[in-house]
Amino acid sequence: MNAEVRAIKTTAEQGLATTYASACDTLPGDTAVGSLRAAAFRKFETAGLPHRRVEQWKYTDLRTLMRDAKPLAGVGELSAQALAGLSNILAGVDASLVTVVNGRYVPGAKSDVDVVDLFKFLAASPDYKLDQAPGSEDAAFGLNTVFMTGGVALRAKKSASPAKPIHIAHVFSGKSAASMYPRSVVIVEPGAHVTLVESFSGPDGIDYQVNSALELVIGDNAQVDHIKVGYDGDAALRVSTLGVTVGAKVHYKDFAFTTGGAVVRNQTFARFAGEHTQATIAGASLLKAKQHVDNTLMINHAAGHCDSREQFKAVLDGQSHSVFQGKIIVEPHAQKTNSKMMTRALLLSDEAEADNKPELEIFADDVVCGHGATAGALDPGLKFYLMSRGIHEKEAEALLIQAFIGETIEEIAHEGIRQALMFAALKWLGARA
Amino acid sequence: MSLLEVKNLHVEVEDKKILNGLTLSVEKGQVAAIMGPNGSGKSTLAYVLAGKDNYNVTEGDILLDGESILEMAPDERAAKGVFLAFQYPVEVPGVATMTFLRTALNAQRKTRGEPEFSTPDFMKLVRDSAAKLGVSQEMLRRAVNVGFSGGEKKRNEILQMAILQPRLAVLDETDSGLDIDALKIVAEGVNRLRSPERSMIVITHYQRLLEFIVPDVVHVLAKGKVVKSGGKELALELEAKGYAEYAGEAA
Repeated sequence: MNAEVRAIKTTAEQGLATTYASACDTLPGDTAVGSLRAAAFRKFETAGLPHRRVEQWKYTDLRTLMRDAKPLAGVGELSAQALAGLSNILAGVDASLVTVVNGRYVPGAKSDVDVVDLFKFLAASPDYKLDQAPGSEDAAFGLNTVFMTGGVALRAKKSASPAKPIHIAHVFSGKSAASMYPRSVVIVEPGAHVTLVESFSGPDGIDYQVNSALELVIGDNAQVDHIKVGYDGDAALRVSTLGVTVGAKVHYKDFAFTTGGAVVRNQTFARFAGEHTQATIAGASLLKAKQHVDNTLMINHAAGHCDSREQFKAVLDGQSHSVFQGKIIVEPHAQKTNSKMMTRALLLSDEAEADNKPELEIFADDVVCGHGATAGALDPGLKFYLMSRGIHEKEAEALLIQAFIGETIEEIAHEGIRQALMFAALKWLGARA
Repeated sequence: MSLLEVKNLHVEVEDKKILNGLTLSVEKGQVAAIMGPNGSGKSTLAYVLAGKDNYNVTEGDILLDGESILEMAPDERAAKGVFLAFQYPVEVPGVATMTFLRTALNAQRKTRGEPEFSTPDFMKLVRDSAAKLGVSQEMLRRAVNVGFSGGEKKRNEILQMAILQPRLAVLDETDSGLDIDALKIVAEGVNRLRSPERSMIVITHYQRLLEFIVPDVVHVLAKGKVVKSGGKELALELEAKGYAEYAGEAA
């Protein structure tokens, strides 16, 4: 028997195949893009959706979690309702807004950065090869290639330092469930300083599907803060892939904040290609009910003398499920790598589940690498200490949870974004009490 | 009159009997020392007064101003004026000392139906109290007890006591882990808080602390009950003879 041959396809797999068959002639892009799609589809046909026997997808079995394939979303309007949805958490943050509705770039009057539609960019930039980013071997990334409907490309020019953060807002707009596949490319040229926000939002009660991918290329001496904010609708299924190539002497910070969605997977594939780079890759998830949120990292130290810090925290209430997988690979010549990975889950309910899987694969001999993982309830000793000073039980819990999650949020350099996310965390806590 | 009355208190922790009919009363304004050998139930008494979980009262009662506090949660007891200075103050990462103090004070006041402190009044209160105890502004900005030395943690306990102004302060082995200089600072802080309106229970294994915080009465605890009470000279007697003579009692 050959395990690769699977006669029975799930409803979702069949649906994806049907969608591709009917849409492949009308999906955007030139023949080169068409060939990429066809190749990616052949890979999907063979392997199917990633499932629990695929190690990287062990805890997020898409064959089970994705019950069907929603039709590709039509051109969406950025309705007042959708705008209200996206302003939810980041409303107070003064940013250059780039809106991607239903997987397509919607040029808006509000945008004041140099942005073009992805396919216009590809047509004008023969040197840029799509699908070469770290992580392009991944099954979800491949599906994005099959169906990518649009997205944006933007470039931070050499030594540029835009005053405001650039906010790519991914919005699902529609009355019935559909799927969207935005793909974006962000190129940060050497010496540029950029704060890049990606947000994901959509209405509650609609089981829409999102498969997004961002290819991020960071030049030498650049400084990039990338903040991903997920407040999808409560029935949404979203997989977001980040493939980032980091040059030398870069200061790179990545933060993934997730409160929304039914099933969410943030996967980050980072390749440190130049020496003396410092990176912090962190995340905070606040989960309740039956939410399933997976943060998966694949960090490849391909050059020496780089420092990376990974810190992920999850607060779980109800029957929620958090997953953290972090793999740090240190290549043979990447000497003097210093990498520390920590993941902590705080379980507020007996029925919540946290799976943490940190891994190290070290092929160099002169490195400092470590990882740790904890999962547990609120410390009763701490709670008693606070209560013995007169603080009510719920307030004591809120203070301790806030402190737990705040430790990661406080790392965000941009004050407005930091405050907005802290406020969102407090709101989550307030709704719990 | 008695501020605190502990009546025939029996307490089990994880099915192990720790207090065996402890009876104790503390007058208003009185400083009562509780001394006893290791394992006699001193810390259990402290925790059960503050209302810690898993300290199972099987018999007896604790009355504060004649009202039973047994069914009250720790925060309700605190609002009624009970304060426990911990033997091992816990570290609370991520919660700034200043935030913690303000949250605690205002929570107590809210429970009692009193108005919250204004920010300037609160800042002044903390600054004045902290200065007297040698607690720096830098410590106040740090997370509660995180990275504090043993002495700093104990001073932080007394600072909390000074700000919360309890009616009944229970000091659980406040002298443990302190050198003589730190002990003096802490004891002076406690002595400043002595008042006809405030009672204190000073729990200690050694007589040394009682040279600095001179008690009105001394109770000896052995095997979960008070076996002897007397004046401050009882502490000296214990220092000279040890606890050997109480080892066999109250079995």
